[in-house]
Amino acid sequence: MARLNSPEKLEKVRQKILSRRDPNTPCISICAGAGCIASGAGEVIAAFKAEIEKQGLQAGVNTRETGCPGFCERGPVVVIYPEEICYLQVKPEDVPEIVSQTIKEKKVVDRLLYVDPTTGEKATHESDIPFYKNQVRNIIGSNIKIDPKSIEDYLAIGGYSALAKGLSRMSAEEVLEEVKKSNLRGRGGGGFPTGRKWEESRNAPDEIKYVIVNADEGDPGAFMDRALLEGNPHSILEGLTIGAYAIGAHEGFIYVRQEYPIAVENVAIAIKQAEEYGFLGRNILGSGFDFTVQVHQGAGAFVCGESSALMTALEGRAGEPRPKYIHTAVKGVWDRPSVLNNVETWANVPLIINKGADWFTQFGTERSKGTKIFSLVGKINNTGLVEVPMGITLRDIIYKIGGGIPGGKRFKAVQTGGPSGGCIPEELLDLEVGFDELTKAGSMMGSGGMIVMDEDTCMVDVARYFLNFLTDESCGKCVPCREGIRQMLKILTNITKGKGREGDIELLEELSEVAGDASLCALGKSAPNPFLSTLRYFRDEYEAHIKQKKCPALSCKELIAYHIDPNKCQACMICLRQCPAEAIAGGKNRIHVIEQEKCTKCGTCFEVCPPRFGAVKKISGEPVPSPIPEDARTIVRKSKENE
Amino acid sequence: MDNERIDQIIDKHQCEASSLIQVLLEIQSENHWLPKEALERVSEKLQVPLTRIRHIATFYKAFSLVPKGRHEIHICMGTACHVRGATRVLDTVQDLTGIKPGETDLELKFSLETVNCLGCCALGPVMEIGGKTHGKMAPAKTADVLKNYE
Repeated sequence: MARLNSPEKLEKVRQKILSRRDPNTPCISICAGAGCIASGAGEVIAAFKAEIEKQGLQAGVNTRETGCPGFCERGPVVVIYPEEICYLQVKPEDVPEIVSQTIKEKKVVDRLLYVDPTTGEKATHESDIPFYKNQVRNIIGSNIKIDPKSIEDYLAIGGYSALAKGLSRMSAEEVLEEVKKSNLRGRGGGGFPTGRKWEESRNAPDEIKYVIVNADEGDPGAFMDRALLEGNPHSILEGLTIGAYAIGAHEGFIYVRQEYPIAVENVAIAIKQAEEYGFLGRNILGSGFDFTVQVHQGAGAFVCGESSALMTALEGRAGEPRPKYIHTAVKGVWDRPSVLNNVETWANVPLIINKGADWFTQFGTERSKGTKIFSLVGKINNTGLVEVPMGITLRDIIYKIGGGIPGGKRFKAVQTGGPSGGCIPEELLDLEVGFDELTKAGSMMGSGGMIVMDEDTCMVDVARYFLNFLTDESCGKCVPCREGIRQMLKILTNITKGKGREGDIELLEELSEVAGDASLCALGKSAPNPFLSTLRYFRDEYEAHIKQKKCPALSCKELIAYHIDPNKCQACMICLRQCPAEAIAGGKNRIHVIEQEKCTKCGTCFEVCPPRFGAVKKISGEPVPSPIPEDARTIVRKSKENE
Repeated sequence: MDNERIDQIIDKHQCEASSLIQVLLEIQSENHWLPKEALERVSEKLQVPLTRIRHIATFYKAFSLVPKGRHEIHICMGTACHVRGATRVLDTVQDLTGIKPGETDLELKFSLETVNCLGCCALGPVMEIGGKTHGKMAPAKTADVLKNYE
C-alpha cells in the first residue's frame, strides 16, 4: 500500500473499498471481545468457518470477528448482516442451523433471539432489544461493524475522514477551538475540560510536546477502555493524531495495561497499518504534519492511572506520582508539555471534528456534554457496556437498560467511580448522571464503572473491600496515604469481623479527613470516599456491626452462621454431599445438622438446598439454635406410615 | 533463560534505559519469573543500577522474583466478582491448594494470584487458570475445576 498523500487520495481509496463491497452479501459478525471469548466465542467462530466451508459458501458469505458490542450478559453475540438479525448466547451446535436457515433460506432462528422477560416478545434486531434501544451508541456502536484488525473496515465506515478534515481544512487553532466549544470533559475520572488541557500544552513554551493515551484502566469492574481499544483501535489513533496536530506534538504514546493482551495486539496492528497508509509518520496526508506513536505496556500498578505516575512509568521508572504544582500539560514526560487523555476522551475527538461541536453538545446536560460509556456490572440482569447521554437517570440505566436486579432481590446501592467513588442509595436513583451531580451525591463519575448491589451486599464490607484494594495499590510515597489507608482498613476489617468498638466510626472519620487533605495524589485524596459515602447513606449498617455484632446483609463471614431448620429439612442429602468441609451430619431419613465447629461458612449448603424446602438458614446477631437431639432426627415419612 | 536471549530482547528496545519496564515485561512473559542473573544482565546492558531494577521488579505486580507453578490460578477480585461472592471462591481455592495469593506450592503445580478485573464481569465470579476462563464459580464448582489440573 502506497502512503496516501492527500485527502482526495483517501476518498478514492475509500470509494474503492466500498465499491468492492456488496451491501447485500451476507456477513456474520461475531463478537470476539474478552467477555464473549470467555463465554466460548472462539469455538463459535471456528464452527462458523467450518460450516461455511462445509456448505461451500466461502465465496458468498463473509465472517467478521468484531470487538465488544456491549451485551456481555448474553454472549457470544452474533449479528447477521444485511438484515441485522441479532442472535444471543450462540453455541457451536447452533451454527449449522444459523447457516442453513438464516444465511441460505433467509429465515430467522427464533430460539436464539432476545426474549423480553416481561412481555415475552421476541426482538429480531439489535435495535429492538431494550438493552440497546435506550442507549445512544455514538462511540461503541461502531464496534460490531468492524474487524479491529482491518483498516479497510474502519475506512469503510468513514474512518480517518476527521483527520483528513482537520489537517486539510482546519488550522491547529480551529481544531482546538472546536474541541473547546464542545465542552468535552475528560472521561478518565477527573472530568477536566479537554480543550483547556490542550490549550495549556499548546501555549507551553517548550518546542517538544507529547500526547498520551491513558489505557491503564485499573478500576476493578470497569472495561470500557478495553472494549474501545480492542474493538476500534483506529478511532483512538485518529483522535490522538488530531490532538497532536492541535497541540503541536509529534510523538505520542499509548500506555496500556499488559493485562489486556488483545488490546495491545490490536493497537500494534493498527499503528502498523496506519503507518502504511500514511495516517502516521512523516507528512501525514500531504499536510506536512509528522506524528509517530509508540505502545508502552503497563506492568500492573493501579496508581499508574494517575497522570504524573503514568508519565514516570513511561520514563522507565517506578510509577510514583509527584506533586502537581505545575500541571503535566506544561511539564510532563521528560519535563516536556504532555497531554494525557483517557481512551474514551480520544475516541470522542474524531466525532467532534467530523460532526462539529454543535452536534456533540446536543447530547448531555448543561455542564456534562456528550455520551458516556458505563460498565454496568454486579447484581444486574444485563451485565455489559452501555453508552448513554449524560443526564440520563441512574434508574433508567439500571432498570430500562440493565433490566433490574436478578432473582427478585431488592436494589440497595450503585457504586460509581471505582475505588475513588462512592455508593449511591435507592432514594437517589433519580439522580441525573453527570460529573457534578455524582460528585454532589458523594460519589464521582470516574472512568465509568457502575457496580449494582442488592440486599445481600454488606456496605461495610464494600468499604473494606475498596480500602483493601487501595492499601494494596498505594505506592507508599506519602505517609497519609500509605499509613492512613492502612489504619482505616484495619478498623474496617475489625468491624466486619465483629471486633468493632464504640468510637471506631469517629476515628475513621478523622483518618478520612487527614488522608483526604494531606495525600499527594488523587489515589490517597479520594481513598476515604468509599467509607464516607457508605457511612453517609448506610450508617445503620455500621452501627449494627459495631453494637449488635450483626451483619444486616448476612454477608460478613465472621458474623453469620448457617443453620438447618429441623422442621423443614427433608433429609435429601444434597447439602450433605456437596459440603466441601464435610461439616453436615445426617443421612438417609435423618435430619441434617451443621456441625458449627467444622463449618467454613462457604455457603454451599444455602445455595444447593432446594427452594421448595428452604431449610438452610443464614443468621446473624443471634445465637445458633442448639442442634436437635440425636434421637429426634429420624424422619418418618407419611407415605411410608400408610404402608 | 540465557544471556543471548536477554540481549536480543534488550537490542529490540534499542538499549534504551527508558525501556527498562518493557524489557523486564518481555523476560517475565517468556520465562514466567525474573531470575537474579537475568536482572544482573539487564543492569549491565542498560547501565541501570540493580537497585533501581529491583525497585521496579518489586513495585509492579506483573513481575515475580520467584519461580511460578505449572498452572497459574488467577482469581478475579474485581468489584463485580466481589459482590457476587469471589471471596468464597478464593477461600475454597486456598483450602484446596494450601497456598495463599502470591504463593506457589512445593511441587510447583499451582501458583495463586488475585487480580483486579479480568473484564468478563458477566461471568462473575471468575477464575482463570493458565489463560482459560472459568465463569460463574461457586465453592463446590471450584473443586471440580481444580481436579482437572495435573
